[in-house]
Order: sequence, then structure tokens, then C-alpha cells
Amino acid sequence: MKVRIALTVNDELHEALVPVHKTLLEVLREDLGLIGTKHGCELGECGTCTVLVDGKPVLSCLALPLEAEGRRITTIEGLAEGARLHPLQQAFAELGAAQCGYCTPGILLTAAALLSERPGPTRQEVKEALAGNLCRCTGYTKILDAVELAALRMERIRT
Amino acid sequence: MTKNDFAVVGQPLPKVDAWAKVVGETRYADDFFLPRMAYAKLLRSSHAHARIRAIDTARARAVPGVYAVVTGADLPPVKFGILPVSQDEEALCTDKVRMVGDPIAAVAAVDEETAEQACRLIDVTYEAQPALMSIFDSLAHPEVRIHEYGDGPNVHKNVALQFGDVDGALAGADLVREDVFFFEGNTHLPMEQHAAVAQWASDGKLTLWSSTQTPHYVHRVLAKALDTPAAHIRVIATPVGGGFGGKTDPFSHEIVACQLSKLTGRPVKIALTREEVFYTHRGRHPVLMWIKTGFTRRGDITGCHLRTWLDGGAYGSYGVASTFYTGVINPVTYKIPVYKFEGARIFTNKPPCGPKRGHGTPQPRFALECQLDKAAEQLGLDPADLRRRIVAEPFTKTANHLTVTTIGLGECIDKVVEASDWRAKRSRYGVTAAAQGGSREEGSEPPSPKRPGIGIACSAYMTGAGTAIYWNDMPHSGVIVRADRSGGVAILCGATDIGQGSDSVLAYLTAEVLGLEPVDVQVFPADTSLTPVDLGSYSSRVTLMCGMATIQAAGRLRDAIFKAVARKLEVDPAALVARERKIGVSADWDKAVSFARAVELGEAMHGVLAFPGSYAPPKRAGKYKGGGVGPSPCYSYSACVVELTVDEETGVVDLRDVWVAHDVGRALNPLLAEGQVEGSIYMGIGEALMEEQVFRKGLHKQPSMLEYKSPTTLETPEIHTILVETDDPEGPFGAKEVGQGPLLPVIPAIANAIHHALGIRIDEVPITPDKILKALELKRRGKPARVGPERLPLFTFKKPVVVESAFGQPADTIGVRPFQS
Amino acid sequence: MIRLPSFTYLAPRTLAEAARSMAEHGREAMLVAGGTDLYPNMKRRQFEPKVVVGLRGIRELRGVRSENGGWTIGSGTTLSEVSSHAAITRDFPALATAAGLVSSPQLRNMGTIGGNVCVDTRCNYYNQSYEWRKAIGFCMKRDGDICLVAPGSSRCWAVSSSDTAPVLWALGARLRLVGAASERTVPIAALYRDDGIEYLAKQQDEIVADILLPPADGWRSAYLKLRRRGSFDFPVLGVAVAARMDGQLVREARIVLGAVASLPRPAERAAAELVGRRITRELVARVADLAAGPSKPLDNTDFTHPYRKRMTRVFVARALAAIGEFGDGGPPSEEVA
Ligand SMILES: Cc1cc2nc3c(=O)[nH]c(=O)nc-3n(C[C@H](O)[C@H](O)[C@H](O)COP(=O)(O)OP(=O)(O)OC[C@H]3O[C@@H](n4cnc5c(N)ncnc54)[C@H](O)[C@@H]3O)c2cc1C
Ligand code: SF4
Ligand code: FES
Ligand code: FES
Repeated sequence: MKVRIALTVNDELHEALVPVHKTLLEVLREDLGLIGTKHGCELGECGTCTVLVDGKPVLSCLALPLEAEGRRITTIEGLAEGARLHPLQQAFAELGAAQCGYCTPGILLTAAALLSERPGPTRQEVKEALAGNLCRCTGYTKILDAVELAALRMERIRT
Repeated sequence: MTKNDFAVVGQPLPKVDAWAKVVGETRYADDFFLPRMAYAKLLRSSHAHARIRAIDTARARAVPGVYAVVTGADLPPVKFGILPVSQDEEALCTDKVRMVGDPIAAVAAVDEETAEQACRLIDVTYEAQPALMSIFDSLAHPEVRIHEYGDGPNVHKNVALQFGDVDGALAGADLVREDVFFFEGNTHLPMEQHAAVAQWASDGKLTLWSSTQTPHYVHRVLAKALDTPAAHIRVIATPVGGGFGGKTDPFSHEIVACQLSKLTGRPVKIALTREEVFYTHRGRHPVLMWIKTGFTRRGDITGCHLRTWLDGGAYGSYGVASTFYTGVINPVTYKIPVYKFEGARIFTNKPPCGPKRGHGTPQPRFALECQLDKAAEQLGLDPADLRRRIVAEPFTKTANHLTVTTIGLGECIDKVVEASDWRAKRSRYGVTAAAQGGSREEGSEPPSPKRPGIGIACSAYMTGAGTAIYWNDMPHSGVIVRADRSGGVAILCGATDIGQGSDSVLAYLTAEVLGLEPVDVQVFPADTSLTPVDLGSYSSRVTLMCGMATIQAAGRLRDAIFKAVARKLEVDPAALVARERKIGVSADWDKAVSFARAVELGEAMHGVLAFPGSYAPPKRAGKYKGGGVGPSPCYSYSACVVELTVDEETGVVDLRDVWVAHDVGRALNPLLAEGQVEGSIYMGIGEALMEEQVFRKGLHKQPSMLEYKSPTTLETPEIHTILVETDDPEGPFGAKEVGQGPLLPVIPAIANAIHHALGIRIDEVPITPDKILKALELKRRGKPARVGPERLPLFTFKKPVVVESAFGQPADTIGVRPFQS
Repeated sequence: MIRLPSFTYLAPRTLAEAARSMAEHGREAMLVAGGTDLYPNMKRRQFEPKVVVGLRGIRELRGVRSENGGWTIGSGTTLSEVSSHAAITRDFPALATAAGLVSSPQLRNMGTIGGNVCVDTRCNYYNQSYEWRKAIGFCMKRDGDICLVAPGSSRCWAVSSSDTAPVLWALGARLRLVGAASERTVPIAALYRDDGIEYLAKQQDEIVADILLPPADGWRSAYLKLRRRGSFDFPVLGVAVAARMDGQLVREARIVLGAVASLPRPAERAAAELVGRRITRELVARVADLAAGPSKPLDNTDFTHPYRKRMTRVFVARALAAIGEFGDGGPPSEEVA
């Protein structure tokens, strides 16, 4: 059964006619062309497909678009403000926190949610916030470093 | 050269592809959506071992939305495999399946759901055969044959090499240890599941975009498996979302996508599910090991004898090489005057094993380093001191005729010992300390069940295999550097960026040679129609081999440009330097011309400015059968210290800190080098403590991200990386490998730290809490506090090839290589 | 990509409407809250409901409110909300801990506490793809008729794997169940049955609407979870302990074990042993031994089952030590093995 859905993704309204049982992950990638959202299991077991819904990290592989109507969806394509990168994106690039880069979109969004909720987190808090995002390349070290660097820079901007 | 001689090399620069990755623009294979594209699925065997009696695809063909269904009968009747000696795979099995997950048929349809549905309607009639699920099973049942070829029933490969009089050396030792170890298999688990998109165009030409580490080998195999001229096939490796060796073989899904595209006249995508990635595997071999080593009272090794049995799984893959690798690299680390190695790879009905980060070497490394620890204890020596004492000599040969150049291992050991405060912690923590009341508080409170310990281990690894996978005299790596009148430079190279940063390294080296910034260099990688061949991203070969080829090509470009600029400035070309995007004479820098102008002058003088660079390793294979596996231009070295606690009530290991000092020759970009060390440590931790690819009732027990345990941020300790530079004459600006070696010492260092904490030996990985409790229980009962394999297979190794030991001989002349000038 | 089977999705706005839809579609329909349990199971074809009734749009199911001195948690409240709620962390620390230990941060933002108490039982012969299950020859929980863990068994031994259920049981929680025709409030124990397949003792159309927690006066609670990793993993043993203290003396106590049977398993004899006594080291040891008795794990989860059995004792002892406030090595919530 196909339904017409209207999704607000990265502050833009998208309409699509999709089967009800297509997940948000599938609709973002296959119907809206937002391929920045990746996937590693489609069963909620890796965190790769994380997007933000109303600012909170959720797994797009286990969400239905119908259930996300009327809510604010942010994907990696919407993390930068226009041409201005989010401080996390800047820090990830500078510190080599993206190796293969496949886990990167999910991790950046999860970290962005953390920093907007909790500026200046401790390293342990960052670890806990990112505990639902597997990365097989980096040993998380540079990722944690980059989140800390971005947090610091954001603090500086604020004060 | 010193650090100050470089402008780009040694700088902690961002990767050239970092920006695309952080904004989500990088297009991985599954991100390709082409007009009219069909989606395909593979039907895989539900039997571990069976004859295929019949395949009926009629019901699948009848499903609306299905474009095509293929079975092995629709493909050319050829077998393929990565190694010429093990051509034993079929893209779709025709008469026999050898594991659950073996591909049998495929469907292309309007969407993935339809393809999957149709696959479920294909009826396969099997005639089940006994499934052989372990080394012991396969050797016990020679009457059941998984393959008809090999070195004996179910024996894929049987090798034996002896260098010098090992029995004599052991007889003369003060201490001889004989130990048995087991290393369970595990897998790469890249975050990106394999995917491929094929487009067989109406002009008869085929393009395949694939998530592969080895486009060149895929190219060769497609030509064979599809019976199509290689000249009409183009393979493009898309950015790889993690490989670690798991995307190094040519795969069934790549071949099948092409065939389906041919049949349907549409582009066809096959994206594997996570479960299928577990079946694709090619990961760490389970290896059973017996190691016997002689020591002098002071800790010197008198000789070593190693036997390994590899559980190879259902196909050959890189297995012959893997078998050798379980034996040939250990002697590179320490002074081992005489050496004997016997190894056998056994077929079983499991997904085939192959090359995973460290290919074949973490297993014997675990055995040797744990044994060294046990010997140090018996001899009353500090395990760090013992290792420091026996570090191999630079610029010599090993017993098995490998040429070793620079060795920074001594410095690595010193650095980790210092950084970790090894000496203080070694005496403060651990069972002996506890017995003396050292770390237990007196008083009414019971002691914490968390016991601290600290352990050490070392390793060495190759910087690229010295021989190609198929015999040939051509370059292993090639590049073309092309200058643009705008002042930009393009570099074309077959190398594949799997996240390790090869695109970046090519840009850095080009920029360094030409006095540009990396951003001025456009890298065009991994396209078999455009880029010169590079053999692939495996065996830590890319930085060295592509790097050397790049330096050569960029050097040629620079020479041509210098000639033109010299004429213009009326100076000697030898007086020119290239820096800051200019070319000129240092003493008269005001007159320097911009790089763009220099290119114009160059083009005016020479015509189009495009130059090749080629690299092949020095030919140093030992002159005995089997001498081709192990030689490498140079070897990296690592030392690792692990600090942890073990909970004696739960057996849970909590890693605190890991220090690795790694001799990388030269860090072309310290950030990227550190990243490789960190990633290697991470992967080593997973293998040591939780990851395992295990089977039950003929099936993979846990083919999922949830049940195959990969450490999260919470299990990953603080990692401290120390880079040691030895400026190796074989490497580009002195660089050696860093992507695999640092994994190796982590596993035994953890095992050794656990022993330090509790006085128990777990001679088997993964080291799980239940094994720790079992060992503690044995200890409590006064029995040997060891958990590990108890028996070895009954097996006759080949009569060994006996060769003189080359130990201690000076290294061959350095720097003589094909294509050097 | 592994994908969902097709279905019709209903999005009722009220509880009554949802219950009516369930009654109308009968066994063809399933409820979905956060979907974090149901959707993966559907992708593996463990369930293929024709109709999915979504509870998300029902306002009355969301939120935590104070009622009659106790607290009422709407079943649609997410686990993140439960674990960070000020009153819950204060009065029912074990519940906040358990909710905060479920899977991963993302999953806790989606998963609800109602879904958590109703979460499907698990078994590593069952939580596998359709193709995998077909290859091994299906079991009685879905598509087959034997048990692969205990081949002679006439029942399914799949494991109750909820983190919050044992805690809610130990805390004496009650559930308000709303059906199409009736409504009832029962102790949470009454929701469960000792069967891996029919693990819930509720009518098909009944919806868990609220979770009612009694006043917390004098109660202390702790929850410990055994799993391989500090994130993602389901419990393979959960130990919930709650005790009402009167000064140093235990007045009332409950110990409930998770993930050792097809339902949360109370250790009644062990809990009784605590009553009227001061929590001392000796008592802890005795109670822990008694509590380990009812723990009968089988070989169908991560870790070996003898190890899980053995850890029951250690975890009960540690949870009690935490309640008795002589815990070794930090608060219990940090004890993630
Ligand atoms: C990778 C992964 C790890 C997980 N780890 C854990 C873990 O560590 N601990 C744990 O406890 N769980 C875990 N879960 C399971 C699940 O995510 C949680 O239990 C979650 O709380 C379920 O809530 P939900 O709202 O998403 O449930 P849903 O998936 O929406 O529903 C689950 C079940 O409950 C039924 N249901 C839902 N709401 C109601 C209601 N109000 N009344 C009646 N029936 C209802 C549904 O019909 C369904 O059968 C994990 C899941 C995944 C995918
Ligand atoms: S316990 Fe037995 S019947 Fe139940 S899911 Fe597991 S194998 Fe199937
Ligand atoms: S793709 Fe793995 S959690 Fe969604
Ligand atoms: S960077 Fe490769 S998985 Fe994280």
C-alpha cells in the first residue's frame, strides 16, 4: 500500500508517494536522494543510519516515515549551515576522525545532538553519547578528540 | 633527510577526501543509483555441504517484476580464485555447495523486495553430505572430500621449511618450552556492506563499480569468469567503507551483477546484507599452534620450531599465502638463529578465511609473545628486558633468508616502557605483588575484586608483499602525473582508498616533490581504464609502492619543468628548487616563476606534460621453494604495553590504557599514521576479548552486528600512540607500513597483562570471562592455571625443505629495483 | 538491505480506538510503539502482521505523573525519558538504571517502556533471518515444531530479555491494561507466562496503558546487568533488588532475575531471608546462594549458560551490597559486565 507522505528534512518539505513499510532510511536514500545517510545492519545494531528527529538521534532503519511526519528531520546533508560547516565537521576533517568515513554521518549527527544539549561534555560523556555508533576504523580516539575540539571551539564562540 | 627538509611530509594535514566525508558527499558503491537500474539478490545455500541435484527457477521467473534469473549453468563454465594455484570458486555453484551461504542462483528485479521474494521461490534439490566443521573433523574424515585438489584429503596446503639445525639448537638450550595455542577465527566487519553496480552497455562494454580493495584483480577475474576480453571491461573501485582485507578477493556478487546486466540490458546493483557479508568472510583463520623454543639462561633464543594448523573454510582464497604467513614473519622480530616451520591449511565447510589485517601473522605472534612471557617468568627476567635484548639486527638476514633493513624495535620498547611507567607498575601490580601484600589494603574492607595487571608484547610486519599474486615482471604500482596549464596537477593511480588515506598520501607526495599544496593535486584513483595498475590495497603495500612510483613520476615532471625554467631564467637546472608554488633559485627567489607559468614553459618545450612512475620491489625472494612469501622491501616494528584490571569474581577484563610505539620509518602524515595505529589497536582488542566467528549445527552462530561483538566506545581504552622514525632507505621519504603491524602485539600484550594480574594463562583467543574464571578455578585447586587447547591433530607434515640458515648475514645491497631509472 | 514485509498501518488517536482496531483485526494485527523490537523482528520475518497499529499518536500514553503518592508512567514514555526523569532517578534508581542500560542511546530515544515490558522473548536460534532459520530447520517459536535448544522439549525456552521488567516487578509495579471491552489493573507479575512463545498473559486487544509505581517511602533498589558490551547488548542476566528499609533493618524485599527464563524470575526464598535482618556480608552471601537457585539459563544467548548461572550469585551479592551501602567499586549502575 502506497501512501503520500510529507517530510520536513533539513528544513525543506519533501513529498513522496511511498509504500507504508519503507523505512525512513530507505525513503531518504532511495526516494529523496539523500544518500549521505548510511546503513550497516538495518536492524538497529550499529548506529550507522542515525539521523536527528526533533534534534534527537534516532535510527532511521527502524523508523517509518509516517511516524516522522510533522517532525524535524536532520540528515548529514543538513548539518552545515549553508556553506558553513558545523564545528564538528571542521574538527572531524582536521583531526582525521573520518577514515573510511562510513560511520561518520551517524556519528556527526549523534555528536551534534550531544553538543547542543550539553555544551562542554566530559570525555566519558562523549563516550556514552557515542556508545550506539560503531566505528571499525578509528578506535574512536580521533573521533573523541574531534568532538572535544569542536566543543571547545563552540564554547569559545558562545563566550 | 630530516624533518625540516620537508614542506608537506610530516605535517598533520587533513585528508584530501575529508571534506566530502564529513558532509556526506562521498559516494560509496551502494550510493550509485542509475536510471533503469535493476536490483539483484543471490540465493544462497542452506546446506553446509551438499550436491546440487536440481535447480528449478520457474516459479521465480513467473513473479511480476522479475527481469532475469541466472544459475551457474548460464555462466561460462570456469572456476576462479584470487591465487592462480587455487582456482576453486564458482560465481554460482553448479554441482556442489560447500558452506551455508554459497551462492547458487540470482534474480534481477524491479526492486530488492521482488528479487528477494523471487529467490525464495527457487527450488533447489540437495543431496546432503556430511558437514566437516573443524580441523579435526576434516582430517578424521578423508572419505568425505570438500575439494578434489590439494595436498591430501581436505588438506589444501601442506608446507615444511627448515633453516639450520633446529633440533641441535634446542638440545643445547638452557630452557626449552613447548606450548600449544589456539586463535579462534574472526572477521573484518567493515561498516559498509559489500555492494556492486554493473552496467553492460549496448556497445558490449562493461563497467563495474564495486566496493573492492583490489580492482585490478577483479578486472582479471571478470574477464575470465565472463569470458569477455579484459579490454572491454572497466572496473572502478568506489571509496571503500572499510575493508581490512575483507574486500580483497573477487566475489560472486560482482560477477553475477555483470551477467545480469548483460541479460537485462539494465544497470544492476547487488548490495549484500550484513548476514551475507559474514558468509563472504575471508577473515582471520582459526589456527591451532604448537611452538617449541630454546632459550639461554640470559634469554637469548637458540632456535624455534613452529607448527600451525589453519582452518581454511570452504575455498582457497589467499590460503596458500596465509599458510606461509603463519610461519615466515616471526623471525623478522628477534634473533632466531635457526628455525623450522610446518604448516597446513585444512578445508572445512565454513565461509572461506583469507587476509584480515595482519594476514596470517597475529596468530603465531600471539603464540610466540605469550611463550616469551612464560620463558621470561621461568628465567626470572623482566619480559621487556628480555625482548629488548633479543631484538634482531638491522640490515641483516633472518634464518629464513628475509632481508631486514631498518629496525626501530629497541626504541619502541624503550618508549612504551617509559610512557607506561612499566617498571613501577610491574612491581606494584600483579599476583606476586598481591601475595606480598603489595596492592591489597589491610583492614576490614574486603579487597576490590578488580586486579590490576600490565603486560607487553612486540611485533613486526611487512611493508608490501615482495612478489605479486600472479607471476609477472611488471610494476606492482604505477602512476601517471599530469601537469595542467592552470598550475594544477592530476595524478592517476590504480590505488584504492579504503579509509587508510592512500589518495591523500599520493597528493602529499606529489605536492612535496613539486613544491605545491596538496589541494593543488587532483587524485584520480582506482579505475582500470584510466589509471595504471596498482595491485591493490592489501599487505600494507600502497604507501610504499604507490608512494615510490609517485615520487618517480613527480620527479620526472619536475625535471622536465626545471629544464624549461632553467632556460628561461638562464640558470643551471640543478640550482632550481620547487616550493611555495614557485620554481626558482633559492638565492634569487624574487625571480622565481609561478608553478603555472613553469608548466606553460614546460609544455612549450616538451609538449604535453604527463609522466609515468613505476615501482616493483627489490627481487630478494629466498632461493628455495616457498621463498616468495615473506620478502618485503622493509618491515615495520611495534611494541605494545597494556594496562588493565580483571575482576576475579566475574572474569571481566577492563582495559585501562594501551601504549603502542610503532616504527613507521617516517610518518608522512602523523595524524594518519596515528589513526592507523589506533584502528589497529581497536581491532586487536576486539579479537583478544570478544570477537569470534563460530559455528553451530553447520551454521554461523551469530551473523549479525549485535551478536558478533565489536567493541564500542565504552570498551575501548585510552590509546597512546608513539611514532618512531627510522628513515628506511626502501620507503618513500623513509616511510614504512603502519596499517596492520600495530594490531599484532595488542593481543598477546593483553594475555600477558591478564597473567600479570591473576597468575593465569589463557592460551586461546578470544579471552572471555568464563575462560578466566575457569583458569582461576584450576589455580584454586592447585592445578596448572591454564586454559587453552588440549590436543593437536594427528597429522604428518611434508618432509621439510632443508636450507642453511641465513641468520645474521649482511643484507643484500639496498636500492636495486626494477624500473628504478 | 534487509527490508520490512508489507502491512497496513493504522494510527489511532485514542487508546479506545487502538484497542478497537486490535479487536477488529484479531491475530492479524500487532501493536507498535517505538518499533525497536517489532521492526527488526518483522525484517527477520519472525512476525508478518497484516495490520500494524501504531501507538505513537496517542497523547494519553506519554509522560510521567505523580498519583496517590506514587508515580504513573505512560507506556509510550521513551526509555530516555524514563532514565533521566528526576523523580524516577530519585525514588526508583534501579528503574532509571535499567532503562538507561537498554541497548544504545538512539534506541532509547525511540523505544518505549511499554514496548520494553512487552518485548519479545529471545533465543539465538530464533533471532535470525528467515534464510538462516530455514537452513537450520525452523523451531516451534516460528515456522517449525521442535525446540533446537532443548530438542526433547514440548515448550519453547526463549528468554525474557527486558531490562525494566524485573525491576518493575521488584518495585511492586502494577499495570493498567486497556482492552476493547474492558480495563483492568494488575500486578506486573500477572502479565507474564512461563512460555517462550505465549509469554504475555494478556488479551490480544489489551494495551498496556500505564505503569503504576507505589510510593517509594523507605524503598531502596538496585539493578545489575550482565552483557558483553556496555552498549547495544541485551541482558543475558539481570538482577533487580528492592528492599524497604526501616533504619538498618529490611522490612520487605524482592529479588527478581531477568534473562534466565521465559519470564522475569522472582527469587522468593532468597528475598524472604532478608526480611527482619540487617544486611551484613554473611547475610548477603547466604541470600546470593539462595537467589542463584531459580536461575536456570539455557544455551541460547550470548555467553555460556554455566557462566550466566554462576554470575547470578555474584550479581545478587553485588546488588545487595549496593543496597546495604557497602558496595565494592562504585554504584551499581556502573556495574556493567
Ligand atoms: C540492537 C537492539 C538492542 C536491544 N537491546 C535491548 C536491551 O538491552 N534491553 C532491552 O530490554 N531491550 C532491548 N532491545 C529491545 C527493544 O528495543 C526495547 O525493549 C524497547 O524498549 C522496546 O520498545 P518499543 O517501544 O520500541 O517496542 P515495540 O517494538 O514497539 O514493541 C515491542 C513489543 O511490544 C508490543 N507493545 C508495544 N507497546 C505495547 C503496549 N503499550 N501494550 C501492549 N503491547 C505493546 C508490540 O506489539 C511488540 O510486540 C534491543 C533492541 C535492539 C534492536
Ligand atoms: S527456545 Fe527452542 S523453541 Fe524457543 S526460540 Fe529457542 S529454539 Fe526455538
Ligand atoms: S543501519 Fe545499523 S542501526 Fe540502522
Ligand atoms: S571511519 Fe570507517 S567505520 Fe568509522
